[in-house]
Amino acid sequence: MNRIEKLFQDKEQRILSIYFTAGFPELNDTIRILESLQHADTDMVEIGIPFSDSLADGPVIQEANMRALHNGMSLKLLFAQLRGFRDKINMPVILMGSLNPVMQFGIESFLRSCKDTGIDGVILPDLPVDEYEKNYRTLFESQDIYCIFLVTPETSNERLRKIDSLSGGFIYAVSSSSTTGKEKDMNKQEGYFQKLRQMDLKNPVLVGFGIKDKNTFDTACQYTNGAVIGTAFIKALQTGNNVEEHINSFIKGIKAR
Amino acid sequence: MPLEFKLNPSAQRKNTIDFLKAGLYKVSPLGYYGEFGGAFIPEMLYPNVEELAEKYLGIIQEEAFQKEFRELLRDYVGRPSPLYLAKRLSEKYKTNIYLKREDLNHTGAHKINNTIGQILLAKRLGKTRIIAETGAGQHGVATATVCALMDLPCVVYMGEVDMQRQAPNVARMRMLGAEVRAATSGSKTLKDATNEAIRDWINNPKDTHYIIGSVVGPHPYPDMVARFQSVISEEIRKQLQEKTGNELPDYMIACVGGGSNAAGSFYHFLNDDKVKLIGVEAAGDGVASGHTAATTAVGKPGIIHGSRTMLMQTEDGQIEEAHSISAGLDYPGVGPLHAHLFKTGRATYLNATDNEALQAALELTRLEGIIPALESAHALAKLKDIAFKPDEVIVVCLSGRGDKDMDTYIKKLEN
Ligand SMILES: Cc1ncc(COP(=O)(O)O)c(C=O)c1O
Repeated sequence: MNRIEKLFQDKEQRILSIYFTAGFPELNDTIRILESLQHADTDMVEIGIPFSDSLADGPVIQEANMRALHNGMSLKLLFAQLRGFRDKINMPVILMGSLNPVMQFGIESFLRSCKDTGIDGVILPDLPVDEYEKNYRTLFESQDIYCIFLVTPETSNERLRKIDSLSGGFIYAVSSSSTTGKEKDMNKQEGYFQKLRQMDLKNPVLVGFGIKDKNTFDTACQYTNGAVIGTAFIKALQTGNNVEEHINSFIKGIKAR
Repeated sequence: MPLEFKLNPSAQRKNTIDFLKAGLYKVSPLGYYGEFGGAFIPEMLYPNVEELAEKYLGIIQEEAFQKEFRELLRDYVGRPSPLYLAKRLSEKYKTNIYLKREDLNHTGAHKINNTIGQILLAKRLGKTRIIAETGAGQHGVATATVCALMDLPCVVYMGEVDMQRQAPNVARMRMLGAEVRAATSGSKTLKDATNEAIRDWINNPKDTHYIIGSVVGPHPYPDMVARFQSVISEEIRKQLQEKTGNELPDYMIACVGGGSNAAGSFYHFLNDDKVKLIGVEAAGDGVASGHTAATTAVGKPGIIHGSRTMLMQTEDGQIEEAHSISAGLDYPGVGPLHAHLFKTGRATYLNATDNEALQAALELTRLEGIIPALESAHALAKLKDIAFKPDEVIVVCLSGRGDKDMDTYIKKLEN
């Protein structure tokens, strides 16, 4: 069974997924950060594949991308770093990034490398669902790698149904149409979250973009299965010098009840 | 009973071939030119882009739209732009060179053909805020201009580097009432300005229309912009017929940044095999120098700004920074139509270095009394490299005037 599916089977509420950029702050931090996150009882992790021109990202993640690239990170190197990580890490792990680096790597070798290293799912925001259905779906399914799609408050119900039918593992509900890291008032999105719940989707829903602390996390969790934190975590990584301890207190702070 | 037309067999055959060819170079319903194009956009942009894709053809083909568009092009832009037989330039290259004078348009470049079309479209879509990216500032000025005309607020993103080298255009945009926002990421040029404009659109999904300045971006932009710019070749055909008795030139030459003046220049000749189509990219310091913007020469297929096209990139799929003296050509991609014309061989893509362009600009100035934009000078720079015959007809799209480049010309041509 895919680890993402297993996670949602075992736990329906308050799922916390953390995003960080591979190769940031230091080139070889990937495994160390994964271990610290697991130690802090994080439910799931999204590792960002750095890209020079990520359209959906705000300044903080853009900056992390540039720093990672400057450090020498590449998709090839990321897979090398991930070799053997399943000996230590049990959480579901997702790769997230722009389409072009994946295309240059070659979609088939990419999915094979995902499978071989133990990656469970992929989020490629600029891969449209129709393109996926036509050209990529069978490749993903043959490797049992979930392709997770985004929806926004502007996504029509009809399209939501389609995305639900094609998305694997969960649906990534962007809190409101924006780039990553924007300040927003989660309470204003109540109607949207409620709609998602009432639609009785086949997939669980995680909210992302603008979740930055316990407060916003709690609000998202009132309506959905959990949330994703990216920008706020990247910022936290920048401030601490004892990374392990810092990550631990960050996660505990979010999850506290 | 429907009327039956009898075509003679050869005409019928010609029609079939034309149809097939038309299919080859026209965009598909999903936005593809062969393997290039498409709409690789995050879900946040989907409703806006989808609305455009569904409605653009219907709106553009409305009679009322066409009437308003054509009237503005005539009375506001000053079209048709002249087709000028450049006698002294022709003498020098021992052939017949016509210049399509887009430099004489209101605001000084071809860019306004597209912004007039898109602002009329934005109005019909009920949009109340306009954003744009700009490189040389010509598209920014053309957008700020139509926004003043239509009383819409306008934000233009421009790379920090370009704001310095095209300072007069920054001042023009501001005088026209636009807000100019500096793009400070990456190479701080056109690519980065486009990133910022797209991010703005993601953050303003309801009220905003993004007026893209070239035949780039997700479907339907490449086709939509090409249609608005196609007035260039529509006029050339008529003007050549009047002047030479033949509506087809032997060569159609245009510079290529994203490729909108070239797409407009090629558009109505795509199915006429006799017409050799030449696009000229910016080589910067030279294609092998690592400081270049000659995408078809050094690029590979990839995805930039929502479109699959030829792209300058690293092995790891990171987009490389382009380099050109000309801010309008300083872009690491080309529109998907050009990628397709390149791949199929229907058009030939050459490139000109910074120095070649500067020399060509000086040459045109001294021979014809016309100071061209640095972008257009790249197209002129290849006249020396092609063996023309004395009876051939060459058309060069003079996409813009050189006022904005005077700083660069003064600095570079003095030494
Ligand atoms: C005068 C002029 N020509 C050409 C270009 C390049 O654009 P395109 O390749 O879309 O025609 C620009 C862009 O700023 C321009 O200002």
